[in-house]
Amino acid sequence: MEGTIFQYDFIVKGLLGAVFASITAGFTGTYIVTRKMVFLSGGITHASFGGIGIGYYAGFNPVAGAAIFGVLSALGIEYLSIHHKIREDSAIGILWAFGMAIGIIFIYLTPGYSPNLMSYLFGSILTVTNADIIALGIMSLILFIYFGAFYRTILYTSFDESFARTYSSSVDIFKYVTTSLIALTIVLNIRMAGVILVLSLLTIPPNIAMLFTRIYSRIILLSVITGFMGTTCGYIISYFAGIPVGATIIFTLVITWIIIKGFFLLRNQFARKQTRLLLNQYEIRETK
Amino acid sequence: MDLIFEMNSLSASYGTNTVLENVSFRVNENDFIGVIGPNGGGKTTLLKVILGLIKPSAGSIFFNSRLQDSEKIGYLPQISTGDVDYPVSVTDVILSGMMIRKRIITRMSADDRKKAGKIIEELGLSGLEKASLNELSGGQLQRVLLGRAIIGDPKLLLLDEPGNFVDSTFEIDFYGKLKELNNKMSILMVSHDIGMISSHVRSFACVNRKLRYHPSSEITNEQLLAYGCPIQLITHGDVPHTVLKQHN
Repeated sequence: MEGTIFQYDFIVKGLLGAVFASITAGFTGTYIVTRKMVFLSGGITHASFGGIGIGYYAGFNPVAGAAIFGVLSALGIEYLSIHHKIREDSAIGILWAFGMAIGIIFIYLTPGYSPNLMSYLFGSILTVTNADIIALGIMSLILFIYFGAFYRTILYTSFDESFARTYSSSVDIFKYVTTSLIALTIVLNIRMAGVILVLSLLTIPPNIAMLFTRIYSRIILLSVITGFMGTTCGYIISYFAGIPVGATIIFTLVITWIIIKGFFLLRNQFARKQTRLLLNQYEIRETK
Repeated sequence: MDLIFEMNSLSASYGTNTVLENVSFRVNENDFIGVIGPNGGGKTTLLKVILGLIKPSAGSIFFNSRLQDSEKIGYLPQISTGDVDYPVSVTDVILSGMMIRKRIITRMSADDRKKAGKIIEELGLSGLEKASLNELSGGQLQRVLLGRAIIGDPKLLLLDEPGNFVDSTFEIDFYGKLKELNNKMSILMVSHDIGMISSHVRSFACVNRKLRYHPSSEITNEQLLAYGCPIQLITHGDVPHTVLKQHN
């Protein structure tokens, strides 16, 4: 009896987690992939590990620590790059390693054994709490409203930032707000996919979606759907194969991407071959 | 004639490097001014000062106070600063020019869409409404960006080297289109191409650290020399020529 309740709870949590993770990752992933700021997002992810370590050491919720670290580092990088004070990619690289270093140092300084550390690195649905699911749900709602209300402003400012800046003084505010939302999305998804894998949850679905459409809103929608399919398949496979969830999800998504991309490549090649054949026939007839 | 903007003894610099010095210049309604001058002479800086992207280090620029902030300037940059791989359609890029009027765009009205459709037709882009930018030729892209610059009905249109991208089939139409737009807005056009400039503009300004305004479209070599405004020599065919050493 107890086993069934536990299983039921596990399935509901897993399913809700998959829905909200896919929604949040679909919105923010489309933004970071089309704006080519995947590396920046990687920096934010790993910097937030510093917050996890400090959270452990000081005895507060590590996710809260990660959120603070993630948002602050995101705002810091955006501020410095807007004002041209740094070489952006170097700064991200430094922050990336620095966050991890802080995290590791503080976790080692924490007395006793930290059994949950692996779950932050690789993700685990077992450690996801109800509060985590609720937070992800709220985040989904916030992103839905934000992208719904400011769809065109987000689209135009990310397509041509310098043109938008010529006319609108609110470009920077939009950048700061959106980047903060991305940082929070990443941090909230760390529980599910882990520091090392979370970025692919954001970047693979939009890349699959863009094989089918080039309309921004449809990329978001398709990303959410692909993300959901990838996560649920990942869950099922990981449950029956007894392998870690995060890694299984990413593995499923990447394999899906490779298969679809490969299909499109082959189809294009076939179409080119057909055209060449037709042209050859035409030439032969001409020369006769 | 109504004033659009006026610069008074304006200087602009990047750090200690003064690019524009003591420039006084005014643009009136329906002006069509060609801006010429050597590379690094300050042409683009002049545009940036007008756009408010660079603050003058001395002197001032002010716009006619009767002009709304939102209807001042349409801008066609020298190269597209946007990412052509970005998932955005031709119609959307042109609509993004409405940022001239609305700082934060929440939704597009049916009127805006109709206007975008009309501009697409006028610029010879029909059929490409839903195309991505990476499917366009250089000239088509340039026209899309022109559409973006004019959809907000600005009072002043700034063009930075428009000739760079114009494909030859559209070239005559492009300048015809500018002439038509000139009835509604003043145009300031930066260009290297003196021949093209003199056949389309009504007056010209030569920028080489200082600015000299010449209220006619005819440019003679003497004037250019007197203005300290060296230009490229462009000839057709087999014209024998000798370049002598400069006198000290």
